Amino acid sequence: MSDGATATAAPAAQTAAAHADPHGSVERAATTVPTGRLGIWWFLASEIVIFGGLVTCYVLFRLRHPEWGELAAHTLTPAGAVNTFVLLTSSLTIVLAHDAAARGKHRLASQAMMQTLFCGAIFMGIKAFEYGHEIAQGFTPVAGLFWSFYYSMTGLHALHVLGGMVAIYALQRSVARGEHLRRVEYVGIYWHFVDIVWIFLFPLLYLASRG
Amino acid sequence: MNPVAEAPAIRRPAPPAPAAHGGDDAHGGHHEPESFWRRYVFSTDHKMIAKQYLFTGVFMALVGGFLAQLMRVQLASPGAEIPGMGAMHAGQYNTYVTMHGTTMIFWVAMPLLLGAFGNFLIPLMIGAKDMAFPRLNMLSYWTFALSTVVLLGSFFVPGGASPVGWTAYPPLSANPQYSGNVWGVHLWILAVALEMVAFLMGGINYITTAINLRAPGMRMKDLPLILWMQIVASVIFLFSAGPLVAGAVMLLLDRTAGTGFYNPAAGGDPLLFQHLFWFFGHPEVYVLLLPGLGIVAEILPVFSRKPVFGYKMILWSTIATGLLSFVVWAHHQFVSGIDPRLAAPFSLTTILISVPVAVTLFSFIATLWKGSIEFTTAMLFALGMIAVFLIGGVTGILNGSAAADIYIHDTYFVVAHFHYALIPPVFFGFFAGIYYWYPKMFGRMMNETLGKLHFWGTTIFVNVTFLPMFVMGLRGYPRRVYDPTQFSSLGDMTLMQILATVGTAGLLLSQVPLLINFFGSLRWGKVAGPNPWRANTLEWAAPSPPPHGNFAAQPSVYRWPYEYSAPGRAEDWHPQHLPSGAAAEGSRS
Ligand code: HEM
Ligand SMILES: [Cu+2]
Repeated sequence: MSDGATATAAPAAQTAAAHADPHGSVERAATTVPTGRLGIWWFLASEIVIFGGLVTCYVLFRLRHPEWGELAAHTLTPAGAVNTFVLLTSSLTIVLAHDAAARGKHRLASQAMMQTLFCGAIFMGIKAFEYGHEIAQGFTPVAGLFWSFYYSMTGLHALHVLGGMVAIYALQRSVARGEHLRRVEYVGIYWHFVDIVWIFLFPLLYLASRG
Repeated sequence: MNPVAEAPAIRRPAPPAPAAHGGDDAHGGHHEPESFWRRYVFSTDHKMIAKQYLFTGVFMALVGGFLAQLMRVQLASPGAEIPGMGAMHAGQYNTYVTMHGTTMIFWVAMPLLLGAFGNFLIPLMIGAKDMAFPRLNMLSYWTFALSTVVLLGSFFVPGGASPVGWTAYPPLSANPQYSGNVWGVHLWILAVALEMVAFLMGGINYITTAINLRAPGMRMKDLPLILWMQIVASVIFLFSAGPLVAGAVMLLLDRTAGTGFYNPAAGGDPLLFQHLFWFFGHPEVYVLLLPGLGIVAEILPVFSRKPVFGYKMILWSTIATGLLSFVVWAHHQFVSGIDPRLAAPFSLTTILISVPVAVTLFSFIATLWKGSIEFTTAMLFALGMIAVFLIGGVTGILNGSAAADIYIHDTYFVVAHFHYALIPPVFFGFFAGIYYWYPKMFGRMMNETLGKLHFWGTTIFVNVTFLPMFVMGLRGYPRRVYDPTQFSSLGDMTLMQILATVGTAGLLLSQVPLLINFFGSLRWGKVAGPNPWRANTLEWAAPSPPPHGNFAAQPSVYRWPYEYSAPGRAEDWHPQHLPSGAAAEGSRS
């Protein structure tokens, strides 16, 4: 981790008086963790159990159906691998954005955020291509339970990527003006989460092809 | 009043000097005049949002109560013409059961206990000016409001509201061909999902606020118990709602896209939904119970002028209850065709969870021991909550042991049990809280005579309504049966059904004094002053009602909240924000 934490924690940490921003968050940190970061972690906890629920259901069914391995072989593993790489790259750029924001370099931060958005767009493009390819072969969401899981898990994940892109885009516009720099950390944490979910989905849905 | 000036704190190093409200902060001094919309509708002030939840919740309680009354009329007089709507048919009854249960749990209990009290109390009791994320707070209320509109709207779509039960088990819910209802169930799923998102946002705000916005000097172990219980309830909700959200997504896909997650013919499994539902559904009971217990925990010490007994014990019991609530869910599935080997462990954990709850209740009773008890309406409802809940708790053990449950499952015994378990926290807890915090919320006192009328009416008629149901259940009366005359074996229980229905009518009527009291006191109530009950917690250090921003100056905290009748002190109370030695304000004047 870069020490962007200092930039975010310092103003809030030991101040006795609460600072209320009527248009943002009320800041006072009784612990050493800044309030915004605490909030985003609890948010992710709730996201983890949503994906956790889906993944658990999938794993339980997968154990019951070894033949799903054959089905998984029909997913486009190379495309998924490229997408894994693209997402990992986007995690790097968002870290760079966070680092730049922590050092007050808002132009650099906004640039890195644009790069993250670019990677996100590529990811979505490749994912759309995969869906098209699979549907053309007749592997639609109703072609069997494996495909139902495949589409709902990757679909929910794609929605999260999209949501993250909207958030980053909205923030990027104020970061370019030098505002809300500390929030870069928070979208960054969220973006890493989306990335990590994919790291689980990729082997579960693409790679584990032998029963 | 300058709390830090002289006396050193006894129990800890003096907290850092509080800075005056103002100066470096955006609220101080210059309050821009706020438009009507900003002030009452799109407010970010936690107290206004609390009132929005309060009024929405009370309105929905009337809706849910009205549906319950309709069902009770039907059960007591099957086939009778109900004025204005004619004779009820089976589909209608199913809709009312579903919407009553859903409304009471998600649109009454959640907004009243978490939405209203959580929002109102958390910032005030920790000495903060507002929630950590005021705009997220506003967003969560409006998401909730939207969910309310969707839910109520579902009554008016073709086919009417959902008839598939509040548990929405597939295949009944997954395939419209079984229930004959398309849009009602779609909208029901959407409404519940929105409601959950709203309370997830709310919960994140509550937890973060209570952890990070505490006043200087306030350690986690100085938190009033109700805040601990709100936090644990929010955490339980956070970790249990996710799997159900996932389950609901799959249900929606089964209904709309034609996937087969819950369809055995397509390789799916209807039991999967039951697991996901009850993994949420059972912890949800504790999401509702804990805030109710928290309200009681605040009221008992004040009206018995004694410290709460076993603060730490209650705290650890609460946390243990929270953890255990996640490992009991399959007690709802003893007769669902799950692996019978699961019955023993789930019976065991279910019965185990009554231990920490009992510890809490015994601590409450010990708090009363040798106290100088003052029977205000708030206190009566707090005591009533304990008494009525005991019946719910004890009968829960019967449901929890698989051997007994196989016999009483899906009978009126279960209906009686869960109403005895839910009505105490939801209604008794809510009423106790309203009578207790009304002066802080609205600046005036409520009328005690009307309050006592309300209390006795409610307590008597709750029992008249639900006690007969235990008997009916043990005699084999099944739940969710709209016309008992279809079964010859049920004929001789008509009298008990009539009794229960009279009880419901009495219960409904008993709420009239509350409504008169609530709205009348806004106008004619005695002006309350900041601390009418001579209580210690921080909210009573703020003016009544507190202004936007809550406190005139940032309070500091010197002790735990339950220092009542401490030996060697002139006053029998000692507010959290006063340094040792300082006399409590009320007793000086
Ligand atoms: C005002 C007093 C109440 C009355 C008279 C009442 C009455 C009823 C009745 C007649 C049923 C249908 C039983 C059946 O046919 O199976 C029912 C079901 C239910 N009630 Fe209540 N109720 C009341 C309060 C509450 C409260 C406060 C809650 C929860 C916070 C609640 C939650 C439920 C639930 C979850 C169901 C099951 C719905 C289903 O089976 O889908 N009720 N109630
Ligand atoms: Cu349960």
